[in-house]
Amino acid sequence: MKQIKAVSLISGGLDSMLATKAIMEQGVHVEGINFFTGFCVEGHTHAIRKKDKEKPKRNNSLWVAETLGIKLHIIDIIEEYKDVLINPKHGYGANMNPCLDCKVFMVKKAKQWMEENDFDFIITGEVIGQRPMSQRRDTMPIISAESGADDRLLRPLCAQHLPATLPEREGWIKRDQLFDFTGRGRKPQMALAKEYGLTDYSQPAGGCCFLTDESYSKKLVDLWQARGTKEYELDDVMLLKVGRHIRPKQNFKVIVAREDGEARFLQGYKNSYINMNCASHRGPLALIDGEASAEDLHLAAQIVARYGQGRDAEQVDVMVRDLSGNESIIQVKPLAPNELAKEWFV
Amino acid sequence: MSEHSLDARRLLCPLPVIRTQDRVKQLAIGDVLTVICTDPGVMQDIPAWCRINGHAILQTQSDEYEYRITLKVGD
Ligand code: SF4
Repeated sequence: MKQIKAVSLISGGLDSMLATKAIMEQGVHVEGINFFTGFCVEGHTHAIRKKDKEKPKRNNSLWVAETLGIKLHIIDIIEEYKDVLINPKHGYGANMNPCLDCKVFMVKKAKQWMEENDFDFIITGEVIGQRPMSQRRDTMPIISAESGADDRLLRPLCAQHLPATLPEREGWIKRDQLFDFTGRGRKPQMALAKEYGLTDYSQPAGGCCFLTDESYSKKLVDLWQARGTKEYELDDVMLLKVGRHIRPKQNFKVIVAREDGEARFLQGYKNSYINMNCASHRGPLALIDGEASAEDLHLAAQIVARYGQGRDAEQVDVMVRDLSGNESIIQVKPLAPNELAKEWFV
Repeated sequence: MSEHSLDARRLLCPLPVIRTQDRVKQLAIGDVLTVICTDPGVMQDIPAWCRINGHAILQTQSDEYEYRITLKVGD
């Protein structure tokens, strides 16, 4: 008999891990697929910040694959994902998360991978009622249909609540060994993890995607409004994860490192952004995003000086580097706290 | 067997892993690839990716700013 093969969407969280394991238990060969949108929350992005340095810096998807003993294919979808985020047919969730369109897109990509690699069906860790936007009883068929995966899409954790899929009808999978989980509770998942002997799995409180984060979403909307277009590059969305973002005027913003880890990260952008730091006192590195005039740069330097040790000095020397690496010094009086308007903080 | 190198500096995980994966696909079994990165996360992720996919880590090196991982392509 032909070995049945399934491709599983691995997010790095517990649900997709359990769904994968449940299918492996039934003798199916499973390989994982993980998509990188540019908005994924990686342990490493957090690790840029010093306070998070103690946390393990593992990539959860790789860890899941290794724990389960399956191959993992990580796919860069940064470019194609732009259209999903910019024009979501089903709109956004509570923040800038286009979850339903995103799920459709990922399952569609998985289907393409399945066909190219001669696999038989697709698994996800979705649970009915788990997420208000994308994991509802009425959205499950939308994902199956719009992705084109149709009845080759199996959700092992809630399959018993859904119509039988092809793998079940063909007898590749026993439906009575699948599950009937619903809702936001985590107890059944935790019990199943225990049964499978899985420990140390990741349960990220804020989810695994920056687009569900309110403060990140605000920064993204600010970027789009300031530029008058929703187009973005990877560097733009990476930088939204780091530093204080201060926009004193529509045409530019200042990104100020909050500590050494962020400063080290921002260093990597010194050739692509005008940047500055205090020369006469200790102080953070800052990038200038946008088109800034000489007057704007003066204001930016006053802001940057505010965050250095010379914040109370009468005058601070701020070193400015332009895009060609030319350095010059601007002498400024740091902004007083009351001059740093609240609404500038994005 | 041939030796190759891949510049993955400034990329944050998982991009260095993705670039490594895509490059390894173009190489032959036994080829050696050195990946140069700046994200410390690669010291954990690239070896994990290699273990999952059957490639051998020959050497890892790091200084204050850069990490170099040398791997041998398996089957
Ligand atoms: S949380 Fe992010 S990655 Fe997950 S479905 Fe929503 S938009 Fe996609």
